Parts: sequence; structure tokens; C-alpha cells
Amino acid sequence: MNNQEQPVLDIKDLCISYYTRAGEIPAVVDFSLTVKPGETIGIVGESGCGKSTVAMAIMQHMGSNGGIKSGSIKFKGRDMTQMSDEELRQLRGSEVSMIYQEPFAALNPSLLLREQLMEVPLTHEDINREQAYERAREMLANVKLPDPDRIMNSYPHQLSGGQQQRVVIAMGLLSKPALLLLDEPTTALDVTVEAGIVKLIADISRKYGTSQIYISHNLGLILETCDRVFVMYSGEVVEEGTIDSLFTWPRHPYTHGLFGCIPLPTADKNAAPLKPIRGQLPLPHERPQGCYFGPRCDHFQAGRCDGDKVDIEHVTGSAEDHMVRCLRWQEIDHTKEAPGGEAKEAMELGGPVLEVNQMKKYYEVIDSSMKALISGDRVKYVKANEELNFNAREGETVAIVGESGCGKSTFAKVLMGLEGGTDGEIKHDGKDVSETLVRDRTDKQISSLQMVFQNPSDTLNPSQTIGGQISRVIKKFGVASDKDEVFNMVMKLLDTVKLPRDFYYRRPRQLSGGQKQRIGIARAFAGNPSTVIADEPVSALDVSVAAAVTELLMDIQRENKTTLLFISHDLSVVRYLSDRIVVMYLGHIMERGTTEEIFEPPYHPYTEALLSAVPIADPEVTKREILLEGNLPSVMNPPKGCPFCTRCPRRIGDICDNEMPPERQVTDTHRIKCHIPIEELQKVEPVIHVPAPEERLGKPEVPASTH
Amino acid sequence: MLILILRRLGSMVLIMLVVSLILFAIFETDKLAVAGKVLGPYSSTEQREIWLEENGYNQPFFTRYVIWAGNAMRGDFGQSLQLKVPVSQVLWPRLANTGILALCLFAIMIPLSLFMGVLAGMKEGSFQDRAITVFSVLTTSIPEFASATLLTAVFVFGLGWLPGTSSMTAGFSFKELVLPVLVLLLYDFGYITRMTRASMAEVMNSQYIRTAILKGLPYQRVIMRHALRNALIAPFTVIVLQLNWLLSGVIVVEVFFAYKGFGKLLLDAALFGDIFVIEACTLVAVFVAVASQFISDIGYTYLNPRIRFS
Ligand SMILES: Nc1ncnc2c1ncn2[C@@H]1O[C@H](COP(=O)(O)OP(=O)(O)OP(=O)(O)O)[C@@H](O)[C@H]1O
Ligand code: SF4
Ligand code: SF4
Ligand SMILES: [Mg+2]
Repeated sequence: MNNQEQPVLDIKDLCISYYTRAGEIPAVVDFSLTVKPGETIGIVGESGCGKSTVAMAIMQHMGSNGGIKSGSIKFKGRDMTQMSDEELRQLRGSEVSMIYQEPFAALNPSLLLREQLMEVPLTHEDINREQAYERAREMLANVKLPDPDRIMNSYPHQLSGGQQQRVVIAMGLLSKPALLLLDEPTTALDVTVEAGIVKLIADISRKYGTSQIYISHNLGLILETCDRVFVMYSGEVVEEGTIDSLFTWPRHPYTHGLFGCIPLPTADKNAAPLKPIRGQLPLPHERPQGCYFGPRCDHFQAGRCDGDKVDIEHVTGSAEDHMVRCLRWQEIDHTKEAPGGEAKEAMELGGPVLEVNQMKKYYEVIDSSMKALISGDRVKYVKANEELNFNAREGETVAIVGESGCGKSTFAKVLMGLEGGTDGEIKHDGKDVSETLVRDRTDKQISSLQMVFQNPSDTLNPSQTIGGQISRVIKKFGVASDKDEVFNMVMKLLDTVKLPRDFYYRRPRQLSGGQKQRIGIARAFAGNPSTVIADEPVSALDVSVAAAVTELLMDIQRENKTTLLFISHDLSVVRYLSDRIVVMYLGHIMERGTTEEIFEPPYHPYTEALLSAVPIADPEVTKREILLEGNLPSVMNPPKGCPFCTRCPRRIGDICDNEMPPERQVTDTHRIKCHIPIEELQKVEPVIHVPAPEERLGKPEVPASTH
Repeated sequence: MLILILRRLGSMVLIMLVVSLILFAIFETDKLAVAGKVLGPYSSTEQREIWLEENGYNQPFFTRYVIWAGNAMRGDFGQSLQLKVPVSQVLWPRLANTGILALCLFAIMIPLSLFMGVLAGMKEGSFQDRAITVFSVLTTSIPEFASATLLTAVFVFGLGWLPGTSSMTAGFSFKELVLPVLVLLLYDFGYITRMTRASMAEVMNSQYIRTAILKGLPYQRVIMRHALRNALIAPFTVIVLQLNWLLSGVIVVEVFFAYKGFGKLLLDAALFGDIFVIEACTLVAVFVAVASQFISDIGYTYLNPRIRFS
């Protein structure tokens, strides 16, 4: 990269405001950024810090109530804020393109993809339809879509989410833009699909020399895709620098805070727990004096940090473009800022609480296709869960991982008694509950097995106060009935989930997502459950909120010796908090074992791929790359043999296609379902390599106790 | 798609059967009452019983139903009590008259209201949007008889351009159609316009329109190619369902202008207690309702590839 070259994009002192009835909202203030040719820039920060606003400003598409107040956005030397509509139109889609968070919503549902792709070159270049078709086809092949001709003649809903996103990327690249904006392009996708898209995005800049701006809240993804990174906080950049310098030597307390929130491989729920950033992002019109991060900063110094607006300055001694916006960065002892909060005591595990034997859940569906109608074979079974075996002990955290559609949530529903199992046995606290649906269970049984849901808003009654909802649960489960006693219990629960006591009188709509999730947790724990099932409890939450909620769950569990079933697709969280892991694929348990056993060879080939797909925000951790081809098969039509055989990189032959693999026992606790003998699997290299603390450049200070 | 059509057709037949059975049960269970209606209030019970015997009314209920339904399907609905002619002789011309009215109305209303709706929904909150919305709310909220009176006052009595009644006694006349169509147009156009506006505004706020704009497509193409088709799916359904309303809901207009339409026929029959005409009209109305639902369902599916291919 040549520094003398003219930057592709040069943003100077950009201020953007939204105008609402409540007044002006200064969403972004004094934002500056340059993008050099071929460079990929990452922008990270919590939700609402202004990342998308910057992207839309670059596209000059601010909606009806947004506007650029001051500053310039120069694209190849021309100021976009001064351009006419026609000049902008010619730039959009040809020189600057954008990729969106939800590919399905971004594509027109009623136009063939052919049309939607071809119109880009047809609009911006002087070519005929045949040439445009060829170009589109070629680009689809370049983004690694199988069978481009079929996709050209499909509608968006006929493709999977990952394929749709590839089409959107192809669409963005069709006219070889100089700049590509990606706003959370993989957030809506499954981990293994995400890994494929991230690889594609990284290849693009290499292949076409396209500059990119990659927006994400996930530091791991930024690390894998970008050259330089901008950390945004409340509408401004607080730290910027190359990936190496910023990830290895972060200098802003907020950046440290972000790293402390994510479960890096060095984190450990007992020795080095997550350290959420306290408080929350101020609303744009409620920013404090001086440093915007002040109220949440551990190094805040009255009289200094709340004085004048803080300027961004160069980090002396670091790379020349490493900048930080903090008055005290030189005084702070950064070695003490490494991720990992105060160590907590590990928990003793008790006796078995939950036992699941040979549980099956089939859904009956009526096939309404012509073929089924003629053959008379209309009832089909969706095998959502197939012979699940597993158990959990008191105080233990067992994680169930797998991609969407693998049957995780079905399993949770059957356990909860929301649906009846088809076969098998579920024993909870020694009693068989597999046959008893929730309406037939005793209050005691219900209260001892509770659930925390992914979307807290869906399960809270919008018209009832928080206090009322929790009290009702307490009374219903017979924990207490005296009015004062119930009130005191609710207060204690609010303390436990770290919410102010006056939330008793609030209604759900007055709460943020993280606060609602805390209420969800409070409600689940109100009846002193022995087991709590948490179905992706933090995946809808922002990084620092997710960290806080995760820690909260861990603390309550520690206190009550609760058994926790943690359902998730995110292996880094799972590694962080679970004692044992169950890996599911298409309704089958492919591998189960303790956390260490899952993360070390022998691996099931699917586990291996999952591990490789986890983005890790640590530049010194290396990973072996394993990309899965193809899509998850339909549960209606699973492969005859090993469920994973259509995508398995280690497939050994016809036996995989035709025969269900046996469950092989590695140790007492570790089982793998695969035709490859354990000895062979034993020989594979570990997927993730975490350097020993003494080998590290940046953080020799990482406590030695971790892994 | 084929399956869908077959299935829909099946349920259409089923609905018709059920409705006709209910209809038959309501009107013809009490045989003596039927005979009373036919022979007049002063007929004696013996006379009525003889009539019943002669007309095959003493067979079991279901046999009678089957015969009745069979006749209805062949277009034989019996004799009108009021007009003393076979029902079919009055029914079809009336239906045709209403058809003509509907055709003229649709020919003007559909292009107009779709155009206005799209124009309004294209830029939510703009001047054109607010103007069109206010106008369409205004016209819809004026009752039909009010606008009919007003228009008659202006065009018939004031300017003397148009005839005040539309009974078409001297054969078909376009001039006589103008006022009824105009009144209906004023009443219904606002509804379709607002439907279209809402649908268009929603589409314009969608992410795929943002994609289209940010692809650098000319505005005209964004509207014509990306927005229109999606925006018209919802109004299409509503328009087809308007057929129903036109059949029986425009009595006010038909009465006001003495237009010999279907609604007027039904009204007269109901007032007179002309049971065979009522039966026939109800059957036709239900048939049109079911058929338009069928067309709108199939059309909706066809316009919406997400449903079409799944
Ligand atoms: N149309 C709008 N009208 C008013 N305020 C808005 C509008 N769009 C965004 N904002 C506000 O501007 C600020 C920045 O929002 P923006 O969408 O850019 O955040 P973001 O960093 O992209 O967040 P996320 O990670 O959730 O996508 C927020 O406080 C948000 O509430
Ligand atoms: S300026 Fe002060 S409050 Fe702001 S980040 Fe630095 S130390 Fe913290
Ligand atoms: S059984 Fe075969 S296809 Fe299945 S995971 Fe093992 S090697 Fe892969
Ligand atoms: Mg955003």
C-alpha cells in the first residue's frame, strides 16, 4: 500500500444529526476517517454509537429526518456532500456499494435475482443484456455460489441466508466499486456460514483491490477481516489504529472494556471472568461534559475528565496511526487492564438432577405436494430430536451447541413440557416428566424447571408492572403468599439481577433489552428452580450487556447451585461458561464431553468445523481454517447415513452416506458419533492455538492461571 | 399452483353447497308458508296442500333440496311471485345492468385510484401525499345519497346536462350511466387510493427499495420496476373484493337513480317477500363473493413468488 496515493475516502470532522420532535439528536460528532486503496477499515462499538449513521452518510442516504451538519466526505477527492442527486446516483452502485445486515430484506422478493443483478451493470455501463448476464453469472461464481445459472433464475426466498448474502455481495461487486460498505453483514447468519462469508470478504479486497469499511460489534470478526480499526463510542472515535497495534496494545479504557466483555480463549468463569462495562451508552443529547466515557470509566478524574472536550492524540511509541481520545492514557497502567475480572471460587458439583434417556421428538407434517397426493404417502415426520442421551448434575452448566435448525430449541421445549416427547425418558429430580406436559405438571415441578428466553420482550406482559409479574410467579409457585413477604422477595430478586428497586413499578416498554433480560432471569429464578434452561439468553444483546447478563447468570447459579442448560450457537461463550458440551447436528448428538475434551482432539469433524468458525479477537491466537461447503440439509429430508455426510470435509466414503455412525466412547465422559476410528481422530491438530503467556508480545501480564 | 387452484375450487363448491342448503332450509322448511306466499294470504289450507302435492313438496326434505339445487344450476329458479315471470327472465338482465355499471366504474376507478395512491405513497408526508389523502378521506366520508343529491342538483337541475333517472326505459344510454358511476366513484375511489397509498408507502420504506436506490438506479426504475409490483399486491385483492360490494351494496345508488340493477331487484323482492327471487339473488351473490375471493387468492399467489414457489 502506497501512502502517497490519494485516499479513496476522506471524511473530515463529520457531524451528523437527526431531527426529531424531541429536538436535534447529534448522532455523530467530529468523525474523521481515511480509507486508502485496497484497505479494509473496521468500525466497532456498542449499539447506538453511530456506526450505521456513518455508513448511511457515506452513501448520502440519511432518511427524511437525518442531515449532515458540517464536515466533508471526499470520495476520490470530490466532496459527496456537495454533489447533486444525479452525480450521487452515478456514484452509488458503481463506485460505492453497500452490503446489509439482513440479506433477505435487502433483496426484492418479487423480482428474479437475474433482474436484480443485471440492472447494476446495465445502469452504470454501456453494455447489452447478454454481456450483463454473463457478468452477473461470472460474479456469482466468484462469490463461490454453486450453480450460478440456477441462482440467476431464482427468487430470493428460494436461497438460504448465506446464499442470499453472497448474492448481495456479488451485486455490490458487479461494477467493481472502489469502496464497499458492509454493515454487520454476518450478524443474521449461522456461525459456519459466517465463516465462509468472512473469508469471502477478506478475499475480495485482495482480488479486486476494493477498499472496504466493515461495521461490526464483534471484535473477533474485525480482527479477521480488517487492516485498521476505529473504536466508536457515543458518536465519536475514541481509539483508532492498525489491528496489530490496537488489539495488542489497546490504550483507551473503553477499548479495554470491550475486550473485557468478550469471552476470549484466555477467559475463564472462575479464574478470569468477564468484566462488563458498568452503566450504559448515554443518549446523544445526554452526553456528559468533557469525556463522553467519563461516567463509565474506572479512571475518571473529577476536574480533569469532565472539563473541556477531549481531543484525539497520537499514542507515542506506537504505530503512527494509533490514536486515542483519553487524557490519562499515559498514566494508566495498561498491564492491569488486560481482560479478566476478579477471580471467583469454583463450584462443587452435586448429584444428578436431570437425566435424559433415548429421548426422541418427531413432528408430524402433512406433505401437500402433488407427488405425495398421488402416492397417498402424505404424513411425513420431521425428526427434530433423535435419541438424545444426556445428564446434568447439580450446579453444573451443560451447553448445547449447534447451528440453527439443529433441534436445540425443540429439545428445550420438550424438557419444559411445552411439547410432549415422542419416545424416551426424561427424569428431573428423580421423577419421570417425559409424559407430563406443562399443564399437567405440579406447580412444584414447573417451578423447579424454568426457562430464560432469547427475546425477553416476547415473554413479558406489556401491560403489567415488572413487580406485578414477578410477584405473580412467586405466589403461583407457592414460594410465599404473604403480601409483604412477596414484596420483599421481589425486591431481593431485583437486587440479585442488579436492577434498581424502583423498577418494581415500571412496565416492560420502559426497559432496555438487557434490562428486560434481567427481568426474564429474575422471573425464572423466582421459584427457586433446581434447573434453568437458557435458550440463547444473550445473543440478542449488545457486547457489554451480554457480558453483564452472562456474569449475572453465573453468579446466581453459584449462589443457588442451579443446574444450567445453556443453549447457544456461540462456542466462545460456551467454552467460557460450561462444564460440559453437547454438540448437535440435524437432531443428533454428534459429540459430547467436558469442555476441555470438546476443545481438544479427538474432535468430531463437525465440532472441528464449528471451532474453526469462531472468530477470536486476539491477534496472537491462531486457528486452522476449515470451511464447510453447502447448506444444512432439510430436516424433512435428512441424509440416510451420517447426518453430516453432505458437508463433512473428512468423509471417508460410501459408508458415511449409507450407515448411521456408531457412538464411540473416548473416555467415560466423551462420546463421538463418527465412522472414523478414534485413533485417527486423535491424530488431528488442535484447531485453536493459544500461545502460552510467556510467548506473548503484547500482554505478558496475562495471569498464568488461565488454560 | 395447480393444487392450490384445485383445492380452492373444491372449497368453493363446498361453500356453495352449504350456503344453498342453509338458504333452502330457511325458506322452504315450512312448506305451508311457501304455499301461502305463492297462493296469497287468503288461500285456504286445503288449497295450499293441493298446491304442495302438485308441486312435489311432499317429498322428503333432501330430495326436494336436490331437485331444487339441480334446477338452480340449470338456471331455473322458479316463478317470480311479484312479476309473474320466470325468475331467470328478470335476474340475468338485472345482473347484466349491474355488470355494466361495475365495468364502467372499474374502468375509471382502478387506473385513477392506483395512480393517485402510488403518487401519494411514493413520498410519504410530501405535499402531494397530504393533498391526495385529505381529498380521498373527504370523498369517502360523504354518504352516497348526499353526493347523489348534490350531483343531481348540479348536473340535472342546475346545468341540465344529464338525465336525473337512469331507468334506461328507452334502451341503453351512456348518458344515464354517468351519474350513478360518478357517485360510486366518489364513494369508493378514496378507499382504494388509501389502500394503495399505505401499501406503496410501506414498500418505499422497505430495505429492498433502499438497496435499489443505493444501487444507483434511476428513480423511475426504482418506482416502476421495484416498488410498483410489490405495492400493488394488496390493492389488487381489495379491488377484486369490491365486486361483492358492487353487487349488493349499491342499492342506495340504484334506488336513487331508479337504475334497474341487481341490488334493486333484491330489495324489491325482499320487500314483497318474493322468496324465489330472494333465493336466486342470494345464490348469485354468494357465488360472486366466493368467486371473487377465489380470483383474489389466486391472483395474490401469482403476484407473490414467495407463495407461488413454496
Ligand atoms: N432516524 C433516526 N431518527 C432519530 N434518531 C436516530 C435515527 N437513526 C438513528 N438514530 C440515533 O442515532 C444514534 C446512532 O444510531 P446508529 O444506528 O448509527 O447506531 P449503530 O452504531 O449503527 O447501532 P447498531 O449497532 O445498533 O446498529 C442512536 O442514538 C440512534 O438512536
Ligand atoms: S479521559 Fe478520563 S474519563 Fe475519559 S476515558 Fe480517559 S480517563 Fe476515562
Ligand atoms: S461418519 Fe463420515 S460423514 Fe459423518 S462425520 Fe464421520 S467422517 Fe464425516
Ligand atoms: Mg447499525
